[in-house]
Amino acid sequence: MFDFLDKYDVLGAFWTTVQLTLLSAVGSLIWGTLLAAMRVGPVPLMRGFGTAYVNIVRNIPLTVIILFAALGLKDTLGISLGSDVVDTSNFRLSVLGLTVYTSAFVCEAIRAGINTVPVGQAEAARAIGLSFTQVLGLVVLPQAFRAAVGPLTNVLIALTKNTTVAAAIGVAEAALLMKEMVENEAQLLLISAIIAFGFCCLTLPTGLILGWVGKKVAVKR
Amino acid sequence: MTKVTVAKEDAATSDELVVLKSVNKHFGALHVLQDIDLTIARGEVVVVIGPSGSGKSTLCRTINRLETIDSGTIAIDGKPLPHEGRELARLRADVGMVFQSFNLFAHKTVLDNVMLGQVKVRKADKKQAEEKARALLDRVGVGAQADKYPAQLSGGQQQRVAIARALAMGPKVMLFDEPTSALDPEMINEVLEVMQQLAREGMTMIVVTHEMGFARSAANRVVFMADGRIVEQSSPDQFFSNPRSDRAKDFLSKILHH
Ligand SMILES: Nc1ncnc2c1ncn2[C@@H]1O[C@H](COP(=O)(O)OP(=O)(O)OP(=O)(O)O)[C@@H](O)[C@H]1O
Ligand SMILES: [Mg+2]
Repeated sequence: MFDFLDKYDVLGAFWTTVQLTLLSAVGSLIWGTLLAAMRVGPVPLMRGFGTAYVNIVRNIPLTVIILFAALGLKDTLGISLGSDVVDTSNFRLSVLGLTVYTSAFVCEAIRAGINTVPVGQAEAARAIGLSFTQVLGLVVLPQAFRAAVGPLTNVLIALTKNTTVAAAIGVAEAALLMKEMVENEAQLLLISAIIAFGFCCLTLPTGLILGWVGKKVAVKR
Repeated sequence: MTKVTVAKEDAATSDELVVLKSVNKHFGALHVLQDIDLTIARGEVVVVIGPSGSGKSTLCRTINRLETIDSGTIAIDGKPLPHEGRELARLRADVGMVFQSFNLFAHKTVLDNVMLGQVKVRKADKKQAEEKARALLDRVGVGAQADKYPAQLSGGQQQRVAIARALAMGPKVMLFDEPTSALDPEMINEVLEVMQQLAREGMTMIVVTHEMGFARSAANRVVFMADGRIVEQSSPDQFFSNPRSDRAKDFLSKILHH
């Protein structure tokens, strides 16, 4: 019954999914944190930028962002992110698109985390002479991240599933493979089940492990 | 409401540590600080007292620029308050502040709370910072709690840690904003004792409090505020037994007859 699978590189496709997920996760964690810092910072221009970014980006469908990366950045502007190989360049553009999109959600998760830190602690930190960046980096963000583990887990799980949109520009990840298999094989239900199972293998442990981590690092008040 | 002109402090005191001159501040339409003139000498302990909403906290917070002012000047040790950046951070390190709600860093141990500013602001060596932190924690009587997290301590212990955290910066002056108001009655004294000891050791202190026992035993001067103004200031004995302004009489009758 599973014979037809020999023709396909299922593990390879999921490995691409994992790579898309991890690289975009790291990218959006960094960019999302910077956005959150801008949104709570004292500089009006940066606050405005952060707010505008989040509100615009999270209201654009991911497919549009990914297609824009391929059609707009690469085909029109010639930005191929350092590779002439189509596959590599599309993979990188997908990571960029996913990062741009996901960081809006990361930003909001972290900002919600920041709101759980009592203002008084930031004032006390300022009162002993810490600079804005120190207050943020030493007192506020460490607590914000701990409070944000839950929401960030949801963002990560959503990101894992969102990587399937990269299929739209031909990145050989799990969803593209599924499309290919569906076109060529008869076992539609089985194919869907296999892909669904694969995603559960990625997302369920993520949820469990991070759920445990979230409890472990929670700040007692 | 009578307004009493405040007797100027002895003009000969060259040792003025905190000087506020015609300070004004608004919160929108609310004029919360109105022409505040206040001079605090080195080593002096001043208790600020007054009804809720009279601007006591705001006054404290302007002194280390947690709140900005609209007009007037504030100088610490002869230097006007810097506006932003590094200079301001340095000044804040020189002005210790203790809050009503302790505000300890919840994700750090007690010891780390007291070490943080020394290491990150004063750039002290970690080992020396730890020694100093432990000594200060011993001094305020919570040395045994050094490795616990703030949430594991009682309110009184937390507030004493907060005092140690401020002292660790080697401040020139300490501001206390109702340091005992959030405490259960049985914990008030342990905090007041630490403050009293500080006062005896010569620390310059500005203390917003309604603890009259502390004011009588530790304060050199009581400043009475109402509606954003300094209405009256005098020695604790004079103020509590023989207040001059009607506002003060009214206020004292309310807090005494409870
Ligand atoms: N950030 C703020 N924005 C607007 N109004 C404020 C702000 N902080 C304080 N106020 C108002 O300014 C006035 C003075 O406040 P302040 O906290 O200085 O009073 P207080 O004397 O410390 O009172 P309490 O005894 O209740 O602590 C109050 O009417 C208060 O509502
Ligand atoms: Mg107050």
